Amino acid sequence: MTDPSLQAPPLLAARGLSFARNDEPVFGPLDFTVDAGEALLIRGDNGAGKTTLLRVLAGLLRPEAGRIEIDGRGTDAPARTRVLAYLGHLPALKADLGALENLEFLCGLQGRRRSQSPDAAMRIVGLDGYQDALARQLSAGQKKRLSLARIWLSPAPVWLLDEPYANLDLDGIELVNRMVQAHLREGGAALVTTHGAYAAPPVRTRELVMRRAA
Amino acid sequence: MNASPPRMSIAGSAPSLTEAARALLTRDLRLLWRRRGDALQPALFALMVVVLFALALGNDPQLQAKVAAGVLWVAALLAGLLALDTLFRGDAEDGSLEQWMLAPVPLAWLVAVRTFIHWATTAWPLLLATPFLAELMHLPRAQLPILMTGLALGTPLLSLIGAVIAALTVGMRRSGILVGLLALPLYVPVLVFGAGSVAASAQGLDPVGALLLLGAGLIVAMVLAPLTAAAAIRIAVN
Repeated sequence: MTDPSLQAPPLLAARGLSFARNDEPVFGPLDFTVDAGEALLIRGDNGAGKTTLLRVLAGLLRPEAGRIEIDGRGTDAPARTRVLAYLGHLPALKADLGALENLEFLCGLQGRRRSQSPDAAMRIVGLDGYQDALARQLSAGQKKRLSLARIWLSPAPVWLLDEPYANLDLDGIELVNRMVQAHLREGGAALVTTHGAYAAPPVRTRELVMRRAA
Repeated sequence: MNASPPRMSIAGSAPSLTEAARALLTRDLRLLWRRRGDALQPALFALMVVVLFALALGNDPQLQAKVAAGVLWVAALLAGLLALDTLFRGDAEDGSLEQWMLAPVPLAWLVAVRTFIHWATTAWPLLLATPFLAELMHLPRAQLPILMTGLALGTPLLSLIGAVIAALTVGMRRSGILVGLLALPLYVPVLVFGAGSVAASAQGLDPVGALLLLGAGLIVAMVLAPLTAAAAIRIAVN
């Protein structure tokens, strides 16, 4: 243990975090920290528990043991909702609503950063001109970009990005890296899962390699 | 240990309860407008049930008048049951429920708002159609206000009870008949007091007691059902 007066506690920390599904261990116990301005790259094979780890951190799943600390304090799931923004596999878009309408709803639900507007966020992620397109008409990559716009608008300092590169073209991968870079420069943090070694953002990065629980 | 960048504070505002409710209301009304044909389905279904009863009972106005309140209540109940599956299923399938759970407002609040909107959009057309359906079944006009009051108190109660069942079954791909098997036993008291209030007034008794019980049940359900449904959703979404 370091003296907290000498060093600020990490933005996000997991202490002995483990998860089991029906008494079958999925991962853990894991210990890691992520500081402000840092990215944590979570690597692992399919089925290693990367998605499950992010879902536990987000509060969608209850950990088997261990604690999740924000700024050095233990937290429960409702307290973490203000700090974490989660990009999952499901886009959370209503097929019958326009892209901008979807984004406005999700911002209304989760809050949004001052000085950012849904319209501007759509331009940033390269969906300018698609404001009125119905979500059902968007391609998988465009849906991913729309989800990235939601993350960009989120006021939460910690991003949990589950396979953010999936379905994206080269330009989209570059976009994710630029967004993460800009977010970290502002003092945020990001946890990014990926199964490949490609496309890591050029930022201060820690790595967590997960293996399938035996 | 040095040159650590400035720590990002929560640079924005979490939505208040009313803001989140307004966002959900706007979304659901937009969706309703896009699929406005669907909104009439519960009322049309209730109409079918009532017509089937009217045909099956034959041309006997006195018999019809006697069973009218019961038939209308069962029709409303079945129509509500059929609409139940759409309460959370769409939001579960496209991942919206996950984002509800991750919103900085209580899940129970979102569940309550969603249930209210769902009740308003499925039950109000039915309530509007009730006077016509009552006429179809030769319900004595004096009993119509009691039937309407009972339905106005009873249908939100049915929706709230149904929300718990819908939340419990949201994790299953096809819940189908299971929703009915779980919900109908819980609907029995509502039906008994709702149809009972009209039957009491038909016999010249005071219907207010049964209606007050419905109202009391509604208040209890407004507090408990969203909390229970939210807990059930947390279990189902994993």
